[in-house]
Amino acid sequence: MSVRHALLALLSEGPKYGLQLREEFEARTGEVWPLNVGQVYTTLQRLERDGLVESDGSGDEGPQKGFQITGAGSAELAGWLHTPPDLSSPPRDELVMKVLVATQVPGVDVREVIQAHRRYLVQLMQQWTRIKEEEAGDDLNLALVVDAELFRLDAVVRWLDAADGRLKRAAADPAPVAAPAAAPLPRVRRRAGSRR
Amino acid sequence: MSILELRGVAKTYGDGAAEVHALDGVDLTVTAGQMVAVMGPSGSGKSTLLTIAGSLEEPDRGEVLVAGMALRELSRNARARLRRRTVGYVFQDFNLLPGLTAAENVALPLELDGVPGRTARGAALRALEEVGLSARAPHFPDQLSGGERQRVAIARAVAGERRLLLADEPSGALDSGNAEAVMRLIHSACKRGVAAVVVTHDAQLASWADRVVFLRDGKIVDQTMPMAGPESLLSQGQTP
Repeated sequence: MSVRHALLALLSEGPKYGLQLREEFEARTGEVWPLNVGQVYTTLQRLERDGLVESDGSGDEGPQKGFQITGAGSAELAGWLHTPPDLSSPPRDELVMKVLVATQVPGVDVREVIQAHRRYLVQLMQQWTRIKEEEAGDDLNLALVVDAELFRLDAVVRWLDAADGRLKRAAADPAPVAAPAAAPLPRVRRRAGSRR
Repeated sequence: MSILELRGVAKTYGDGAAEVHALDGVDLTVTAGQMVAVMGPSGSGKSTLLTIAGSLEEPDRGEVLVAGMALRELSRNARARLRRRTVGYVFQDFNLLPGLTAAENVALPLELDGVPGRTARGAALRALEEVGLSARAPHFPDQLSGGERQRVAIARAVAGERRLLLADEPSGALDSGNAEAVMRLIHSACKRGVAAVVVTHDAQLASWADRVVFLRDGKIVDQTMPMAGPESLLSQGQTP
């Protein structure tokens, strides 16, 4: 999450004080992303240095110092909103690694490993769903954040289900031994883990 | 109080090489007001569990108690009566009768159970009100959206004095907004004291339940632990 762009978004509504920016940031992300006050001021200083915001020049460095967005800041914000995040290369996913490793460690039942992770994820989803049920009714931003989290966790559970099914089929019908060692690795393997 | 209890329930289909253990020693207790989700892949025995819990099918071994009554000890007629009075079903494809209005669909099981027409219609309208569809009572199923049809099916499943709701992929044919509405309704029926079992392979659906049990090859292999309150997520400042 880019704190920098979130602050620009808040300032696009009009001039605001530092403390106010922190409170509004938390309120609008459903209080799921707490932000410390230091982070707010450091980010504001950088934004000012880069000409994306300007302060009211009161000289007061405290919470009452006011900020407003510049033309360059508005352009930066619009550009960021329309730029897709980099999802092109697979991230190095700890859960995927654990399942891959579990297939190779003698004496480990990989399907039990999968189930342990599945249970944990579903428990987390139950907690998010309770938040949606009890608190997100009147809070649109919180509902959006909770949905995002539920869909993200759901995708991981689906991957576990698919992996479980694939391992079951593979155990029932073992594939012929792998291709010769000289064969080139698939492109995606070489790229795996290139991010982060 | 337990509304549904399965004790060592087993069911096998076919024989010899074609034998399939659909359920293999399943124990499950669902109390009044509780919503339990049963998750598992296709072929894990989810639907068999539901048909046996609803006495639509008999187990080969084990016992099923609904509202404290052992199904095995009831006559065929008494079982049918228990099914009509106590158990409501919700299916993925709604199963509404196309020639009846929403209100008539909801009232039908009550009337089949001998409830006088006027009383049954009153109960049907109340049930439709609970799912927010009072205005749709005189409409036929083909005049309703998919989400509305499933809400009518839920009204039908909880109308009268039903105590056990059995749902098989109840939001499988719906978009996410309607799926959420359906789960909210099932959950609010539970808050009024109904016990519900929802079988699904969908984790988002299952996450509405108080408890999720995981079925694999006819056996319950795992279940979720009692949850920490949702505040634990907010207070630890989980960063997605």
